Amino acid sequence: MGVEKDIKKEVLKDDFPGQVIPGGNGGNIVVGVLDKIINWGRSNSLWPLYFGTSCCAIEMMQTGAARHDWSRFGFEVARPTPRQADVIVIAGTITNKMAPALRKLYDQMAEPKYVVAMGACAISGGPFYYNSYSVVRGADHVIPVDVYVPGCPPRPESLLDAMIKLQKKIRSTKNSERKNPIDGFDEGK
Amino acid sequence: MTRTELQSFLTSKVEGLEFGEETTQYLTVTVPREKLRDFMFLLKDTEELAFDYMFSLTAVDWFPKYLGVVYHLESTKYRHILVVHVNTGNREDDISVDTVSDIYPTAHFHEREAYDLMGIVFEGHSDLRRLFLTDDWVGHPLRKDYVDEANMIVK
Repeated sequence: MGVEKDIKKEVLKDDFPGQVIPGGNGGNIVVGVLDKIINWGRSNSLWPLYFGTSCCAIEMMQTGAARHDWSRFGFEVARPTPRQADVIVIAGTITNKMAPALRKLYDQMAEPKYVVAMGACAISGGPFYYNSYSVVRGADHVIPVDVYVPGCPPRPESLLDAMIKLQKKIRSTKNSERKNPIDGFDEGK
Repeated sequence: MTRTELQSFLTSKVEGLEFGEETTQYLTVTVPREKLRDFMFLLKDTEELAFDYMFSLTAVDWFPKYLGVVYHLESTKYRHILVVHVNTGNREDDISVDTVSDIYPTAHFHEREAYDLMGIVFEGHSDLRRLFLTDDWVGHPLRKDYVDEANMIVK
């Protein structure tokens, strides 16, 4: 029995939400709540789509680079295409001209998809809230947002914190009751 | 040429120039609107000046009097820089300035931008359409008296 416990620790992290029973012939039997295992997998490999439209993108790059290194938490595979991404990080100002492009990218992403609004511009228009003829007052006028990150621009630690909050949100989801966040969004629900 | 040499050289060549204060970074000169094209040709073609590079064309709204266009010119040969100002007439109905897009091709897009956002009409421009805004946009949003009640929250 002592040997089996060692094997389990080697293969799996402590936070795996299930139990592994050795099958005896080289295979293993995994026991757990399906929801939890799915959410565990989803939350620990979030592939971000970079959507950097202004200075927040610099902080986002820094978060991805060596010093802060968000791949430690499972966000490493940054995608240039929405079809392979799970979470879109809106890092910057959304203008009226850019809004249709953002919506198109969001619609192209596969379910389940998540949105992080990074910085004052993506939250509310930020410094362009007053006297601007061209800026959307918050990305949540265009697509549904999961996590807001305040700051102008936010420090990499803030973005990391937001991504970890998003992981927590995913882990607390009940997949049987989960609905597509875009359903009814345009009607204001 | 140094700043003072440039100023005395231009004064000897063209009449009606107004030079700006000496505290500015570059030598600044205001040209009468009708002399703009001749002046630009002079700056580009004179061997001693050789202003062959326009690195900025922008517009100013001197509300409520007139609109202005500002050209930043540099010579890649001598590395001297000159700022040329030209003002339109009354900003309500007399807002045309001659184009320089045939003298400095880079001005082609810059003049479209100035037309788009400030509404300055460049006479003789080959393709004066809006650049950034949609074609059906009403008004010119960088003007001081621009109003857009649907999109703007005025503070």
